[in-house]
Parts: sequence; C-alpha cells; structure tokens
Amino acid sequence: MMWDFLVQHSPALIIAIPLLAAFATPLISRVSARARNIWVILALALTEIFVIILLYQVYNFGTQVYVFGASPYNLTVPPDSGGIPIRIVFVVDAMSIFMGFTASTVALAGVIYSISCEKEQTGQDKYYALLLLMTVGMLGMMLTGDLFNFFVFLEINSLASAALVAYRVDRGVAVEAAFKYAIISSLGGLMVLFAIGILYGQYDALNMAMVAYRMQATGFSNLDKIAMALLTVTLAMKAGAIPMHFWVPDGYGKAPGAISAMLVTASQASLYGLFRVNFTVFGLAANTFTLGWFLIILGVLSMFVGVTMALIQHDIKRLMAYHAISQTGYMLLGVGVGLATLGTAAFQQYGFAAMEGGIFHIINHAMYKGLLFLTAGAIIYRVGTSDLDKMGGLGHTMKYTMIFFMIGALAIAGIPPFNGFASKLLIYESVYQFNPILSILAMIVSILTLASFVKVFHSAFMGPKRHDVKEVPLPMLVGMGILTFFILLFGLFPNIAMQYLVTPAATALSDPVGYITRVLGGVVP
Amino acid sequence: MNLDFLTPYGFWNPIIWLLVIFVALLIAYLIWLRGNPRYKRGTEQTKPFLSGYAPESKEAMRVSASNIYWGFTSALKGYYDFLRKMHTGDVRDYLGWYVGIVAIMLILYILWGGA
Repeated sequence: MMWDFLVQHSPALIIAIPLLAAFATPLISRVSARARNIWVILALALTEIFVIILLYQVYNFGTQVYVFGASPYNLTVPPDSGGIPIRIVFVVDAMSIFMGFTASTVALAGVIYSISCEKEQTGQDKYYALLLLMTVGMLGMMLTGDLFNFFVFLEINSLASAALVAYRVDRGVAVEAAFKYAIISSLGGLMVLFAIGILYGQYDALNMAMVAYRMQATGFSNLDKIAMALLTVTLAMKAGAIPMHFWVPDGYGKAPGAISAMLVTASQASLYGLFRVNFTVFGLAANTFTLGWFLIILGVLSMFVGVTMALIQHDIKRLMAYHAISQTGYMLLGVGVGLATLGTAAFQQYGFAAMEGGIFHIINHAMYKGLLFLTAGAIIYRVGTSDLDKMGGLGHTMKYTMIFFMIGALAIAGIPPFNGFASKLLIYESVYQFNPILSILAMIVSILTLASFVKVFHSAFMGPKRHDVKEVPLPMLVGMGILTFFILLFGLFPNIAMQYLVTPAATALSDPVGYITRVLGGVVP
Repeated sequence: MNLDFLTPYGFWNPIIWLLVIFVALLIAYLIWLRGNPRYKRGTEQTKPFLSGYAPESKEAMRVSASNIYWGFTSALKGYYDFLRKMHTGDVRDYLGWYVGIVAIMLILYILWGGA
C-alpha cells in the first residue's frame, strides 16, 4: 500500500525532495557540517531512487501523468473543466525520465565530490542549498507537461546556476561570468515567457499537449512562427549552441568543478526543452524539415567552431567548456536529422537511428564531460591554477585522477570501447545517409577533439614533476568513479542503454500524437 | 543479452573489440620482451643527442600548452583571427548575436515555416 503510494506520487516526490531539502539545508548546517553533508547526499540519493522507480514504471507501463491537486492523481481533464487540462500536469514519458536519470546521476556524483572539494570554502550552506535548487530546476524542466511551469523551473535553474557560478567570489572574474550568465538567462527567460504568452493568447491553454492539439486543428499561424523562433533560439542559446555560446566558457570556466559538471546537465535541460517543443508542441503543425535543418546548421557550427576554439585554449576549464559546446553540436545534428526526416520514409531508414545517436550522446556527454570537469576540478584543487602552461607531471602523484581523465578524454574523443564511440558511431552512420559531408565533418571534429585532449594530458600529467602534490581525497574519487562506471557500462554494453533508455526515449520524442493522446485521454475536445 | 550493438550499416561488439586489442597488446609485449638487452635506463644511452649541443633541462625542453599546436593555428590564422574578433567578452555582443539569430529564424519560418 505504502509502496504503491510512493510509486504513484514519485513524479511529485522527485521535485519535492530536493526542494524541501534545499530550504532545510541552511538550518541543518547550524547543527554541524557533517550532518548537512549527510542530509544533502541522502536527499539526492533518495531523488535518484525515485527517478529509477519512475524509469521502471515508464519502461513497463508507458507514459505516466501526474496532476497536482487532482483526485485521482492522473485525472488530466476534469469533467467540469471544459475539456482543458487546468491544473499543473507532469507528463513523464521515456524521454523525460531519460533526461531525469541523467541529471540526477550527475547531481549525486557532484554533491559527493563537493563534500571534499568545497570543504575549505565559506558559505557551504548556501552552496548546497543552491545545488539542490539547481537540481529541482533541471528535473522540473524535464518532467513538466505545462509551458508556464517549464518557464518557472527554467528560472529556478538559471538563478541557482548563476549564483553557483559566482560562488568563488574570491576569484574575481567568477562574479563577472555569473553576471553575464544572469543577463543572458534573464533575457532568455523573458523571451520564453513572451513566447508562452503568444501561445496562451491563441490557444487558451498552457498544457503542451493541449496547445499542440489546438495548433494542429487551427493551422500554423504567423504568431506561432514568432513563438517558435523565440523558444527555439532561446533554448538553443541556453544549451550553448554557436553562435550564442559566449556565456559557456565564462560560466563553466569559473564555476567550481562539481558545478561545471552540473552546468552540463543544466544546459541539457534546455536542450531537452528545445527538442520537446519542436517535436511535441510544434511537430504536428510546423514544417519540420526547415526546423530540422536549422538545428543541423546550429549543430555543425557548434561542433566545428567549438572544437577549434578549444584547441587554442590553455585554461583547462575554458578548453573543456568549448568541448561541451562542440559535443552539443553532435546532439543537435543527430536529433536535427531526425526532425528533418520526420514523417517521411527516410525517418525509418536512418532518421530514427540519427535521433537515437543524438539522444544517446546526451547521456554519454553528461557522464564523460561531467567526469572531465571533475578531474579538472581535482587538478585545480591540488595545483591551485587552471593554466595548463603552469602544470605538468601530475601523473606521478595523482594516478587515479589521471586514469579518470584518460577514460573521460578517450570517451569524448569517440575512442572505442568507451561510451562516446557508441553514440558517435550511430550518428556517423545515420547522418552519412542523410548527407555524407555532415558525417565527415563530425568525424573530423572527433579527431580534433582527441588532439585537444592529448594536449591537456601532455600538459597536465606528463613530463617531470613540477608540483609537490598528492592524490585528491576519497569523496572526490568516488564522485568521479560514479560517472566512470556509467562511461564503462554504456561503452562496453551499449545495448543496455539502448534498450532501457535511448530507444524508448527516441520513440517517445518522435511520437507527438501518442503524447497528446496520453494527456488528453484520447477524447480530445 | 545480445552484445551486438546494431547500427544502420551493421553492428559493433565492444567485447570482441576488447579481445582483439588484448591479443594485439600481448603480441606487442612479446615483441618488446625480445628487445635489445644492452639497453640500460638512466645511463648515457638514454640522453638525447642534439648534434653535439648540450641538451637543456627537461623543464626547459617541454612544449607548453599554448604552443603545442602552433603550426596548426598559424596555418589557420585568418580563421582564428575572425573567431577571436567574434569573442569580445562584451555581453552586449552576446545579446546582439542572439537577436540576429532570432531574426534569421523568423525570416526562415516566414518563408518556409508552414507544414
């Protein structure tokens, strides 16, 4: 009975647990730092457990809906509502929970890592409270089926992220980076709200399924085009796509190590929003070929400009930030090809596989880029600088960090048998059938990625010993170990990820009719 | 569970790949074992020979991260000059790019947006 209750309410608990934990953290900090650390880890571990429970439910029983304040909890359209879903509805399909699993895993690894990494810093109660709020923002964006609710979680995510970027105020420029991120996020949030207002004004609804249904029934208006342009470009900017990526090296570069890793999933939450609105809200009414090509162009630009900018960096975190932009390009390319071929015979031939590749790359990227940011944080923690020119010989003493770095670097470069190879292979082969030049460009970017990480490896770990340092503390290694586990798991057994996570996610995302039917109950007004 | 990871053109099996790599490494190790037995680590044999000039210290010989791909970046100087000019660090420029892309997207959609 109790178990059924917890399973039913798991979508709400995934948000409620970190949210309540965030506000309680400053209070528990007053008891002791140890109590606070245990509290925060427990909160995120519990969140992860509920995400896994929900993942099981979605895999076995299909899309789950959860209506806040409704009785029963899955009553999306009350009989007296005039056929409109009036309450806040969480719609958890395979794509949402795939993203939720990615975000909650990186958050858990990040918080364990932070226990040692941030031990000497002041203001840790605020740090952990904001970290939990950032997790709430990400998970909310991924689970909600309501446009305005999406905006609220986007704002929570942005505000918490900006504050965490500025956390190391003693490093001066961190505040400037956070300020830029806050301005970009504020403008982006405003434009998202404006777009939602346009849709609400036309369709008298905020529920994504309802808006999509009415848009399909009435036709794609010029106002819809404005709303779609605003949503697409803003969410692409928040995801770090070129040429709107400028905040990424600033923000990722100056945030603490664990926060940089979490900023990757925070950006992916926006990327998820981009895919969700384009497939589910606009997918049935708009010209998906044009929209798909728009994402492909953004993807190719991001891949190529990102990696070439990374090659000339000598700040380890800025270099990795440019690689994050570059890897986002692969996701845009893969899913963009899926969108461009949606509804055609080509979608079954290779478009769906391209989508699978792009979606698989999301979780792979979160794991290996998260790991790489944690290793960068470990290096900075010991050496005290992020300048690669001032590093060297760390492999003599920081052996575990070096091994973790090597695994992350080989994975991001798409070297088998690590996870990056599996998703890139899918992207190369499917995109080749769509347009061979795009696939060749993607391969060149992988080669340049490898070259860039050879530079980092050489500069940080090889050569004579320059720093008298020792290995980082155990919690930091555990944090890195969690992400390494998934890199190896998805690399050696890609079918596990494909069967339980990726293919169901790609199927759900490419089926807007199924989404609408699930929410509106098959009896649309 | 089937370990073959199916792709649009065929399949990929990481476990077979690992076995092949293991065998290749084993062969490489066996070849290495048959290497020159007169090699002595840390003796005159292992010092670099620079046409009779005395080598500098290891630290001084190290290529710094900023210079590792000097040839590559010099060859693409024009491209990198453009990129550097683009990355001003000024938040007003960041917003300018955003507005520009929204405008492009709007034009694209007004022309070819309808289903």
